[in-house]
Amino acid sequence: MARADLMAAAARHRAALAAAALLVFPLLMPFKAIAVNILVQGLFAVGFNLLYGYLGLLSFGHAALLGSGAYACGIVLVRFGWPWWAALAAGPLGGMAIAAAIGALAIRTRGIYFAMVTLALAQCLYFIAYQATGWTGGENGLRGVNIAAIRLAGLRIDLVDPLHRYYFVAVFVIAALFALSRILASPFGAVMEAVRENEARARACGYDIRTTRWLAFVLSGGFCGLAGALQAIHLGIVPVETLYYTTSGLVVMMTLLGGAGTFFGPFIGAGLFGMLEELVSLWTVHWQLVVGVVFVACVLFFPRGVWGTLLAGRGR
Amino acid sequence: MNDPPILRTENLGKRFGPFVALRGITAEFRAGALTAIIGPNGAGKSTYFNLLSGALAPSEGRILFEGRDITGTPQHRFAHLGIAKSFQITTVFPQLPALENVRVAAQARVARYDIWRPRARLHDLLAEAETLLDTVGLARHRDRPASTLAHGEQRALEIAMALAVRPRLLLLDEPTAGMSPEETRSMMELIVRLAAARTVILVEHKMRLVMGISDRILVLHHGELLAQGTPDDIRRNDTVRRVYLGQREH
Repeated sequence: MARADLMAAAARHRAALAAAALLVFPLLMPFKAIAVNILVQGLFAVGFNLLYGYLGLLSFGHAALLGSGAYACGIVLVRFGWPWWAALAAGPLGGMAIAAAIGALAIRTRGIYFAMVTLALAQCLYFIAYQATGWTGGENGLRGVNIAAIRLAGLRIDLVDPLHRYYFVAVFVIAALFALSRILASPFGAVMEAVRENEARARACGYDIRTTRWLAFVLSGGFCGLAGALQAIHLGIVPVETLYYTTSGLVVMMTLLGGAGTFFGPFIGAGLFGMLEELVSLWTVHWQLVVGVVFVACVLFFPRGVWGTLLAGRGR
Repeated sequence: MNDPPILRTENLGKRFGPFVALRGITAEFRAGALTAIIGPNGAGKSTYFNLLSGALAPSEGRILFEGRDITGTPQHRFAHLGIAKSFQITTVFPQLPALENVRVAAQARVARYDIWRPRARLHDLLAEAETLLDTVGLARHRDRPASTLAHGEQRALEIAMALAVRPRLLLLDEPTAGMSPEETRSMMELIVRLAAARTVILVEHKMRLVMGISDRILVLHHGELLAQGTPDDIRRNDTVRRVYLGQREH
């Protein structure tokens, strides 16, 4: 089979290939808890990438979408005692609801203004969460987001065990990847590409640019909200920093590092970021400096990101 | 001709701050006709075109399409109404294959927010896009990214995309801009072929290009309608000759 055919076949089965990679990953990875982190951050970056990589819209407020998913899940679990599956469902719904509200305001602007408006609105949400201690625990974070064990069809999943937890989270991440692949292959996926390529032409074809962007923002909120809920369950706590602007910056960095607009790039970015943080912080407390240098070098020399560069090398 | 006009502008005007770009244009466009809008540089042709295609909102006056007032309709709704356009500066989806350019243009009629059905299942659109590419002579380039096509081919692609909207009214803004004489000739042939089946309004800077093919001509000058009529009327019109024909053509 020619190389191009192979690439086309890989693209068709991108979700299955990504799933296989994620299922094997913890077996190769000595630090299981970090593997879960990477999985969750990767899904967060996937949600961001849907908006930035495929539609070309740079949001600097994605912490709000991750955070609202995390709080939605944590609050219904801790304060209302909902079962775990309902709490998990609350994550993407919370993310989409907040995305719908932020999106409705932000899509009126474009470019740097869009980034600034999303940043400002996300910071508003951060301060609300910071003040609403009765709901969110304020600066102490929302504690006690614990699911000890789940019984499912005779199977006992012990979420205290990192490997169990990894595969529990992976099931939802993989489901999300199949959903994403389907969205990208849908007519709306084609519209997103068209709008990214040329807004004026897309409008002349009859596409409403604002509604298209808003819908993509809400979908992005669904993926990020799910990532938030999984993170809350993984960490057992929702720190208020989840909503802080540094979280928004982190997801931009991970996505660019891995490769914006590629299907699997966000996981590569999250993986590199997680590993760098872990390994460099073993020998220096200034690990952020090293990570920063790596990031700058990447943006300068591999503008397509690590995964994007690899794909471009193979595809042509 | 007693047919109702497909498009009518009433006292249409556009100001940009204190600058009056267009003033008091009242004109009718017959269904099925090929009408050319001509005028020297700065006559207001592009402004008029942008008002007709919805890219700009008029400062005064009304636009009626098939008897319906469409003044102030958002741009993206124009395609749904049955009005399509090509831009003066080539406007395609550069990284997408030629076929996908046309397919996604056609898709706007049927699926704009469908996030779940596989797009490959919309077979009709693909077949339609192939037919349209063939119409404009690009069938052999169907899998090439639009950005790799020659300038004239990109303009032809843009026309295929405009046709994918299934317009009853096709608006073309200087479709031969920047083309070689050869490309210009095949573009003019294409336009004549398209005009046989639908209403076409064409903005053109080069008068001699449209004289032979147009049913009607509108001449703009300094933002006002100077004259309108058949090509022969325009040729005989003294005022037009003074302001336009006297000039060197570019």
